Amino acid sequence: MAGGNRENLLDPLFNNNPIALQVLGICSALAVTTQMKTALVMSIAVVFVTAFSNLSVSLIRNYVPPSIRIIVQLTIIASLVIITDSVLQAFVYDISKQLTVFVGLIITNCIIMGRAEAFAMQNKPWPSFVDGVGNGLGYGLILMCVAFLRELLGSGKVFGITVLQPVSEGGWYVPNGLMTLAPAAFFLIGCFIWAVRSWKTDQVEEEFHVGALLEPSHEGHIR
Amino acid sequence: MEHSLRYIVQFAAAVCAVCSVLVAVTDVSLRDRRERNKVLDVQRQVLALAGIAERDELTDDETEATYDERIESQIIVTATGEYAAGVDASGWDQQAMMADPATSSPAPDNLARVRRVPTESVVYRVKGDNGGVDAVILPIQGMGLWGRLFGYLAVATDADTIKGITFYQHKETPGLGAEVDNPRWKALWPGRKIHDAEGRVAIRVKKGVAGPVDQDPNQVDGLSGATITSRGVTNTLAFWLGDAAFGPYLARLRSNGGGH
Repeated sequence: MAGGNRENLLDPLFNNNPIALQVLGICSALAVTTQMKTALVMSIAVVFVTAFSNLSVSLIRNYVPPSIRIIVQLTIIASLVIITDSVLQAFVYDISKQLTVFVGLIITNCIIMGRAEAFAMQNKPWPSFVDGVGNGLGYGLILMCVAFLRELLGSGKVFGITVLQPVSEGGWYVPNGLMTLAPAAFFLIGCFIWAVRSWKTDQVEEEFHVGALLEPSHEGHIR
Repeated sequence: MEHSLRYIVQFAAAVCAVCSVLVAVTDVSLRDRRERNKVLDVQRQVLALAGIAERDELTDDETEATYDERIESQIIVTATGEYAAGVDASGWDQQAMMADPATSSPAPDNLARVRRVPTESVVYRVKGDNGGVDAVILPIQGMGLWGRLFGYLAVATDADTIKGITFYQHKETPGLGAEVDNPRWKALWPGRKIHDAEGRVAIRVKKGVAGPVDQDPNQVDGLSGATITSRGVTNTLAFWLGDAAFGPYLARLRSNGGGH
């Protein structure tokens, strides 16, 4: 796992994208991607939280008693999220109003705990920090792509600027209402996963026959 | 790597201490800004509704200055419609007042599904250029399709002519019910009348297209594809303009004019 820093930063963008490959953090990806502005702020918030939670977890990794490590990670992540939320409310109030509970729900974003547990607990602070930034960016990348398509097709806008004049404002474009609803994000993320896996075929999972679900897999646990 | 119980407890305590200090410091140092943002948000809503300034038109300081100059918050006694003497309107939290049994009473059954009416309520008076009162702004809320709609209604001093409506918080379906927020729809409201010829509250969002203001004064176009949201707006207005809520205040306003 511990390659060079460049790898740690860039790998999560395409090769090991937290949403497209690891399929983590989907819930917030559905909720905050109707507009690019909210998606951007959410991405920045997630980059900040993953980077600093990875950094802090890595700094104390050799002192954390294993029996309480998960709750320690959660405490750190929760504190960072509360701080992020206060900062957003203080400086970009309108957007934080639109993000509502989803900033608070960064705490439950599996990407962050996942990286703290899988990477930061085994690696030095700097690579962990870079890994956090990379994973945050990987999440943000997908978020921005989804938000771009949803905002463009759903409301005819890009970053709040009208590109396709909708009929309700005297234009010609009939907005696709489905795009503004959560299922659209599912379809789009599904398409992204398909696209990334057709491009990087090594990401395609091994096919397994139905029996494999019931038999212990080679790792020794039931799938 | 075995750790003693003592070490584990100490470690946990240390992590908690560090985290709580960080959270507390950020929270306290940003509190003023956050509070100001909340106040500014309401002020922008009210100014936009009063037709004084669009939402993004003014900077924070300008918003505050314009608001202080043109808008006056007043507390009224809901049941009588009289202005409550000696109650400070700054920092008034209508939601908290409505939720607290000490400062509210149960609402009669209503279609807007409002459960409690505040004993005292805030209203905003809009001062015109010549210093007289132009309009009053009433806070309203009621059930839409997915959740409660929160908004303001601006009424002229004849207590009958609507000057504007806005919903600043709702959970309606984007593209359908969320069109309650669409400026083009909101532009249909000014000039409509609250009451019919017999003086009953008659303003409603109809299904389909309403006539021009002078021919069809009590109706507004429905939101297509959002029947329940449209109905929610009608019910919300019926409740808040009715006798259980702002009815008495509107009656006084009508008889006394804006100066009352």
